[in-house]
Amino acid sequence: MLHIVVCIKQVPDSREIRIDPNTNTLIRQGVPSIVNFYDLHGLEEALRIKDQHGARITVVTMGPPPAEKSLKECISLGADEAVLVTDRKFAGADTLATSYVLAKTIQKVEQEWGPADIVFCGKQTLDGDTGQVGPGIACRLNLEQLTYVGKVVRVDPEARRVRVHRYLEDGIEVVETSMPVLITALKELNEVRRASLPGMIRAARYKPVTWTTADFPDIEVSKIGLKGSPTIVAKTWVPEARKIEGEMISGDTPEQIAEQLTAKLWESDLAEKLGWI
Amino acid sequence: MARERTNDQMPDWSNYRGVLVFVEQRNGIAKNVSWQLLGAGKKLADKLDVSLMALVVGDQVEHLAREAVYYGADKVFLCEGPELKDYRTRPYSRITLKLIEEIKPEICLFGATATGRDLAGAIATHLPTGLTADTTELDVEPHPSRLLLASRPAFSEKMMATILCKQYRPQMATARAGVFQALPRDPGRQGEIVRIDNPMSEDQIAAKVVEFIEQRGGVNLEDAEIIVAGGRGLGGPEPFKMLQELADALGGVVGASRACVDAGWIKHEHQVGQTGCTVRPKLYFAIGISGAVQHTVGMSNSEVIVAINKDPNAPIFQIAHYGIVGDLFTIVPAITREVKKRRAAKLDPTAAFRA
Ligand SMILES: Cc1cc2nc3c(=O)[nH]c(=O)nc-3n(C[C@H](O)[C@H](O)[C@H](O)COP(=O)(O)OP(=O)(O)OC[C@H]3O[C@@H](n4cnc5c(N)ncnc54)[C@H](O)[C@@H]3O)c2cc1C
Ligand SMILES: Nc1ncnc2c1ncn2[C@@H]1O[C@H](COP(=O)(O)O)[C@@H](O)[C@H]1O
Repeated sequence: MLHIVVCIKQVPDSREIRIDPNTNTLIRQGVPSIVNFYDLHGLEEALRIKDQHGARITVVTMGPPPAEKSLKECISLGADEAVLVTDRKFAGADTLATSYVLAKTIQKVEQEWGPADIVFCGKQTLDGDTGQVGPGIACRLNLEQLTYVGKVVRVDPEARRVRVHRYLEDGIEVVETSMPVLITALKELNEVRRASLPGMIRAARYKPVTWTTADFPDIEVSKIGLKGSPTIVAKTWVPEARKIEGEMISGDTPEQIAEQLTAKLWESDLAEKLGWI
Repeated sequence: MARERTNDQMPDWSNYRGVLVFVEQRNGIAKNVSWQLLGAGKKLADKLDVSLMALVVGDQVEHLAREAVYYGADKVFLCEGPELKDYRTRPYSRITLKLIEEIKPEICLFGATATGRDLAGAIATHLPTGLTADTTELDVEPHPSRLLLASRPAFSEKMMATILCKQYRPQMATARAGVFQALPRDPGRQGEIVRIDNPMSEDQIAAKVVEFIEQRGGVNLEDAEIIVAGGRGLGGPEPFKMLQELADALGGVVGASRACVDAGWIKHEHQVGQTGCTVRPKLYFAIGISGAVQHTVGMSNSEVIVAINKDPNAPIFQIAHYGIVGDLFTIVPAITREVKKRRAAKLDPTAAFRA
């Protein structure tokens, strides 16, 4: 049977975050935590593969203990097992340190429940917003890598091949590769189902498997958390709401207005940048 | 992204020098972002007093190596082969990685495109080093620190953050399309082109690109330099033709507010704003758009904004560089005519006298 691992992250819904205009800091209070929605599309695709071919689905996350809530949500949707990797020492991780811990986690998941054939990640997170963790995991585990997947055309467990559509800026790439493979999910991939009643009952009783650094005897502490993160946030700022000395253009006729506007545009440095002159 | 550490000593990185830009292409046509990155890279290289290098990978892409020189590269590494026609993670990352390990650039830049992110994510992990995603501002501290100051939007564009990578080299970043300025193409520019080998053969590559379905019909708002956007003031689907004519005359694309998309006047792919695209074109026309914050978060970083609205109190005027109070149905066609006249005058300077 196929074994599918889905990486999910609990994130603050950054669309709801506002900036305090007086202090220029983020107002996080009252901002709901959600499962990063791209990750839910990854889980949904895993569930569809399970419906079609039969599969075992393990959901993993690295995060603080409250992330348990998100794991339970995944269980209610139909995941078989959920793993929370949590430890103070993991805090402050950037994408490099995160992919290290998640790769270690997936290896341990494989020891427990058998080798993974497909790993799903989201296209990117709402908070980190990098899309780098997926390729990072693929690189560390030497998996084939299919990013920006908007459609899974076919999964063939016998031939061990998958065919997908990657949605790129200029079109759709139809690509096929072998398992084990890591796929990053777009929202176009599917419509996420609702939890079933039995699913909700199971989730209510379910206790996620929890691992800390102590459960990873060979983990290198220099590669985790803040210490293992090469990138450093040196400074944050709120871009100034642009104060624009706007200019009103008026005239007696539409032609006069048009003539004045285009004259201004053609005199500005735009004209050269856009190759008008 | 980690918080700043204190008291850290920077290792000796004196054997890492130069700026490397990955040139992205499909079927021998380069993505604009590649030349924009060479423009950004040139500024960094000049400030550090090092050379600007480029990497071109593909099948029959020698002409792009020359183009990279015209756009500012001093030295271009060229890797060609039929098995490199389409981008695939394994061979492309192997080639790029090998080159980085050999030439040791201090900075590597990739487009923040699907391909650029796919490739950079794999390479940064392998090296390993820090990778800053989706940057919109790039600068360097001068010698001796030579640190890349890579700044990017965070929290749905509400904040900016400057990211450093002190303990690892090279310093890597992906950068957004349409943000940085390409240098003017100079076909007289001289540069060195160095051929490198592809270490992988077809039978070592599991991934097969079966087909590429080009989407010419689709709009590409994110890359557009000029956007002519319409709102509920248009009153229906028909007037979007008028906007399309202005967009065609300017060489731009048509955008829309959510009100129009919800009303079914135009497809969602045209929508600008919080639940649509975030754009930063050089020129943005907001026509019959009131300027609700959910719309303006997606377009307020446009270089020049022109607003046309019959309501003088419409909030859009607060962020517009040029405001026109009036009826869009008469003003837009007049602008289109004027634009056509001016552009015709460029092609044929005498046309202005005959018009
Ligand atoms: C969660 C959420 C997310 C949203 N996301 C988005 C988003 O991504 N993008 C987005 O655009 N909106 C979004 N909205 C909706 C947004 O709040 C506004 O409702 C929407 O932008 C209004 O569109 P509009 O300006 O076209 O319409 P209106 O606000 O109705 O404005 C129409 C304007 O046209 C002018 N007008 C009318 N006739 C003429 C004429 N003949 N000549 C000149 N001017 C004329 C009027 O004076 C008016 O100012 C979102 C809302 C919510 C709640
Ligand atoms: N802490 C985490 N735990 C589990 N999965 C994660 C974590 N961080 C990132 N991911 C996965 O990697 C994807 C890309 O994240 P990012 O690179 O942060 O944009 C997410 O959509 C998740 O699938």
